[in-house]
This record gives sequence, structure tokens and C-alpha cells, in this order.
Amino acid sequence: MSLETEGYVRKTLIPPAPPPRRLGGPLAWVRTNLFPDLANGLVTLAILASLAWLVPEALRFLVLDAVWTGTSGEACRPEVVGHPVGACWAFIGEKINYLAYGSYPAAERWRPNLFFALLGLGAAWMLWLDAPKRAWGAAYLFLVFPVLAYALLAGMPALGLASVATGLWGGLLVTVVVSMVGIVASLPLGILLALGRRSDWPVVRYACIGFIEFWRGVPLITVLFMANVMLPLFLPGDLTVDRLVRPLVGIALFASAYMAEVVRGGLQAIPPGQMRAALALGLTPLQATRAVVLPQALKIVVPGIVNTLIGLFKDTTLVSIVGIADFIRVLEAARADPRWSAPAVPVTAYAFAALFYFAVCFSMARYAGFIERRLAAGDAR
Amino acid sequence: MPDPRSTPRWRALVVQAVLVLALAGLAYLAAANAAQKLARQGIVAGFGFLGRAAGFDIGQSLMPYAAATATYFDAFLVGLLNTLLVSGLAIVLSTALGFAIGIARRAENLLVRAFAAAYVEVFRNLPLLLQLLVWYVAVRVALPAPDDPAAWGQAVFLSQRGLFLPRPDFWGFAALVPLACAAGLFATGLLIRASRRAVALGQKPVPVLWPGALLVLGPPALAWAGLALAGHPVPVAYPARGPFDIEGGLPVRPEFAALLIGLSTYSAAFIAEIVRSGLDSVGRGQREAAAALSLSGAQALRLVVLPQAMRVIVPPLTSQYLNTTKNSSLAVLIGYPDLVHVFMGTVLNQTNQAVEVVTLTMCVYLSLSLATALLMNRYNARVAGARR
Repeated sequence: MSLETEGYVRKTLIPPAPPPRRLGGPLAWVRTNLFPDLANGLVTLAILASLAWLVPEALRFLVLDAVWTGTSGEACRPEVVGHPVGACWAFIGEKINYLAYGSYPAAERWRPNLFFALLGLGAAWMLWLDAPKRAWGAAYLFLVFPVLAYALLAGMPALGLASVATGLWGGLLVTVVVSMVGIVASLPLGILLALGRRSDWPVVRYACIGFIEFWRGVPLITVLFMANVMLPLFLPGDLTVDRLVRPLVGIALFASAYMAEVVRGGLQAIPPGQMRAALALGLTPLQATRAVVLPQALKIVVPGIVNTLIGLFKDTTLVSIVGIADFIRVLEAARADPRWSAPAVPVTAYAFAALFYFAVCFSMARYAGFIERRLAAGDAR
Repeated sequence: MPDPRSTPRWRALVVQAVLVLALAGLAYLAAANAAQKLARQGIVAGFGFLGRAAGFDIGQSLMPYAAATATYFDAFLVGLLNTLLVSGLAIVLSTALGFAIGIARRAENLLVRAFAAAYVEVFRNLPLLLQLLVWYVAVRVALPAPDDPAAWGQAVFLSQRGLFLPRPDFWGFAALVPLACAAGLFATGLLIRASRRAVALGQKPVPVLWPGALLVLGPPALAWAGLALAGHPVPVAYPARGPFDIEGGLPVRPEFAALLIGLSTYSAAFIAEIVRSGLDSVGRGQREAAAALSLSGAQALRLVVLPQAMRVIVPPLTSQYLNTTKNSSLAVLIGYPDLVHVFMGTVLNQTNQAVEVVTLTMCVYLSLSLATALLMNRYNARVAGARR
């Protein structure tokens, strides 16, 4: 041992530790998990104290002191009703149709409802892994459903469906439409881009790299602004683009770049031997990619795709900045209603939005985690 | 002999040539359409508009900016500096908070683990835009009304218009103070190098933390006191109550505070997840070996586990930093004058130079992304290079 390292070496023995006092039972569990030492014990007590304050407070606000019925902000003012007021659920109750459909004509609201039902069918078909005929489900969701949805929502006079201007769409409907367009357009585009990025042809490869890195390098807001002001400039003649379609184009391009990177991760995880084996069997490179590599790659990137979808769903809120009436924007419009001016209303509105987004994103994240565990279990066999 | 399985060479060439032609044709058509429409609207293409007078005011500025004399280029710079300021601070704060929460997710204490997990799930699963709206309302509700600001010794004021601090003016002799601070930073850098070299040679590390803090803070304080004694005190502009509002000083706006808090807490949730996966990637045996060497839990974490976890942490951390910078553009929602708000908002509306404004803004973000990626790649090479 050299002199230099001597500083690190202990010169005396550590006194032996006392035997553990208790190893099993609930008391030992509490001791090891909650009070292992003084500092941890103090932290435990502090967290317990704040929970003891927070939980009753939240319960009081959300349920006990909440106002459930009423026709105006008067019902949610403490000085009018004479006791402390929590959440003003009466406000949400009155505005719920506006939050769901925006200004979509009341007589035609069965159309968005049918749209939600058709979407639910397609989503369940894709998300339930043991569902029968999942290839048909994919064909339905990516080919049939978009056409149906467009005919249903925008209207098709030939079929007796009155046309509804996109300016009237709003709320949850627009949020779902934007997310759906994002996912339906970005998945095929993203797969193409990911394959192109791994191509042997330099022009294709560099075009794909440039495309992907460009969209990933700029914030979504600038993309939405660009779609808003520059898309109409690029089109010939007096061709204009619908106000709602502009951000949709921006979101689709933006999401496809992120999707491409997710798919590329899956492609890279497939051992090159798979491709070589397929070529050795006499498949062309195109056939090998389509029938051997891509199915395996797509299977393992399902969690990544769902995570991208969560990000996309949260990012759709940005379209409210360029003037599209998505869920957040109609919520802001609803809470600015002078008839419902009460201090509890904005808090209620934000709490409702938070609960809504949390429920959707959290359950999607749980689903991604479930798939991940299932895939890991499959690999472990 | 060419590989019989690969596509014939001529076909590859033809397909690529067609692709190039198609892309070029598309670009040409778009450019021609845009040029025609711009000409019809009477907009002169080019960046000449940057030299014209802007004529609008900006709420917060790191550089001298006056509505009367400033050009659009000045406005661009102010927006860029504001973006850099808020994203830089948010990156620092979110890293500190994110590491704390990520480490807490693997803490001994069950409640601490549960609290950290709840934090991550809540902040990660809500849109940033909604969080910013809530923080903005919360910050303004928590602050005193503008006509009755909280004041500390007539030097610091706090109201819904912002926090007003005294602003020292480091020109002329007073420039000694920042110079002294820079010298202290440089000396600390030398100290860190000396310490690293000592460790590499198997010697005891040179203490860095306290001497470093003394070196960075001591000389500027001495310079400040010395200047005051020598009869050239550092001029300080104090805020004062004006007829309508508090004037002068260094204002920190509530928009800035809300954006900074929102961005930091949101990014911290993602960084916590990155840190947790990094900690999980270090084998259990490392901790046990550290414990066997009688290192305490904190020492094991700092000296054994974290340095190894950094290899896994750094690459995703890089993209998270880029995300934070890009997410700072949500400032436009609550009115903090960042690059997007000032340039893509106000300047674009005033000048209608859509192509130039969009191009310039996107180029800024692209080069920020590129610069961060390059810096982090260098750091990553160093961290990964320590692999044995």
C-alpha cells in the first residue's frame, strides 16, 4: 500500500452493530419503511402532517362544500349562499355540452356522438391485444374511419348530412379530432421516414434525416404559426386552407418526425440476422421488410407509440394559441361568461380540465406500462 | 461482381434522381406561389425590415430597449435574450429538483417514495399549457394588489406587477466587481482541475466546495467595499413608487415567475424519471460493495452510484434540456416577451413579413438545438469514456 492512499484507509475497527431488534410483523415494517432513523422519521411525520391537512381540504373543496346545482354564478358565491363554497360543479354541469361539442349545432350533436363511438370501436380493436382480426382493425382505423369521420362531422349533403363549418366545431370534439389526425397521419408517415432514414440510398437517407431533425428541432408553436401564415402562401392561386386544417397539417408533420424516431428505435432493435435470413429464403428486400422486420419492430414499439400519443394529446392544447377552439380554449371562454362570475368558477374550470387530462393521459401511460410488462414477460420465456 | 440481391444500381440512381427532382419542383412551386402572392400584397421580400423602427414597448428586457429608438432587430435580440434567460434558469432549477425527486423515488422511506411517484405522475400527465395557466393565476392571486405593494426598506417592492429589486450599474470603475467574480470563477476552475489531477494520481482530492464559494463571492464583495471606500461607490438604481406604478430598479415580472415555475416543475418530472432509470441501471452489488466499505448511504450515492448512473442519464437528459428550451415558447400564452411572443407575434403582425420572420425564428431554435446537442455530446463522450 502506497503512502498516497493511506488517507482512505481506516485505522481503527468499527464497533460491531447491535443485533436487529425485530425482523417481522407490522411494527418492524413500520420501522424499516417509515422510521429507519431520526431524519427519515421527521420527514415521515412532516409528510403525514401535510397529508392530514391536504386530504380533508381537497375532499371539502371537491365534494363536501361543492355546489352541485344552480343556474348562475350567484349559487357559487359564499356571500350569497351563506357558507364556504368549494368547487362550482353547477357551472361544469351547465357548460358540459359546450365543453364537449363547442358550437356544433344542437340538433346535429348525434354526429359527434357517433364519431366518438366509432372511434372508441377502432381504438378498442387496436388496443385489445387478443382481439380477433386486428389487421382489419388497423385497416378500419387508418383507412375507413378517417373517411367516415370526415363525412360525419363536416357533413355530406349527398347523403342528407347538412354541412357544418369547422368554425363551429369545438371543445373535446376538436381535441379528439386533432389528436386522431395526428396519430392516423403520423404512424404511416413515421414508418416511411424511419425506413428511409435507414436506407442505403444517400438521397433518401439525407432527405429523411433532414426532415426528421428539422421538425424535432423547432417548438410546436412555431410550427403552428408557420402553418397558419405560410401554408396559404405556398398554395397556388386563390386556394385557401380551412382554419382548422392548417394546424392539423402542422401537427401531422410534427408528430410524424417524433413517430419516425420511435419506429427507428424498434427497427434498430431487430437483429440484422432476421433480414439476412429472410433474404436467404429468397424474399426481396421490400418483402423482407414488410413481412419480417416491420411486424417485429412495430410490436416492440407499441409502448413508445402510446407515449408519443400521450405527448401528442397534451400538445393538442397548443392549437388554442392559434385560435382553434379546443377543449382548453372553450373552457377559457366558458369561464369568462359574465353570468358565471364567481371566485370559485376559474378554480373549478382548471380542476375539471386537470382531472380530465390526467384521467386520459394516466390511463394511456398505464396501458403502455402493461404492454411493456407483457412484452418483457414474452422475452423472458 | 455486384451483390445479386441488392437492387440494380441504375434503378437506385433513377429513383433518387426522381426524388431530387420532385423535391426541387415542389420547393420551386411553393416559392413561386409565395413570391407571386407577396408581390400582390405589396410586401418587399428580404430582411431589410429588421432595420426599421419597431415602435412598441417590451415588458422585460435584459438590454437597453426604448420603444422610440429601437429597431425590429433590437426587438428580436430582446426576445432571444428573454428566451435564453428563462430556459437557462429553468434548466438549472429543473435539474436540481428533478435529481432530488428521482433520488427520492428510490429512497428508503416509503412515504418519500410515494410522494415522489405522485409528483411525477401528476406533473407529467397534465399539459404544460394548463399548468402555466394555473401558475399564472396562482402567482397573481398570491401577490399584493398594484396600489398596495409590499415594500422592504424602500428598496424592494412586490406587487402583482412584479418584484422590483435595486439595480446595480456595472459601468466604468464598477466593472471591477464582475471582473473580480470572473477571476474567482477562473480560479475555482483551476482548483477543480487540480483536484481531479490529484484523484487521478491516487492522492487525496483538494477541497473545492468551500474555497470555491469563497473565491467566487469574496473578491466581488471586496471590490464592492473597496470601491465604496475609494470614493467611487457602485451606482445602484432603486425602485420607487411613482404616480401609477413602481418605477425604476430591476423588475421581475409575474409572467416570468409563472413561466419559470411552470417550466421547472414540469421538466423536473421528466428529469426525475430519467434519473430513476439511471439509478436502476447501476447494479445492486455496487451499493452493497459501497456499504461494505463503510460508506454512508449519501456517500455511496454521490461517489459510487451517481457517477455510474450518469452514463445512462446524460443522453436523455440532453433531449430533455432541448425540450425545456422549446417549451419556453409557451410563454406566448401568458404574455412573457420571449422570442416567439415578440417576433412571431408582435413583429409578424406589424410587418406581415411571414416568410422571413418564421425562417429566422425557426433558425434560432434549430441552432440552439444543435449547439446544446454538440455540448452535451462532448460531455457525454467524457462520461462514457470513463467506461472500464
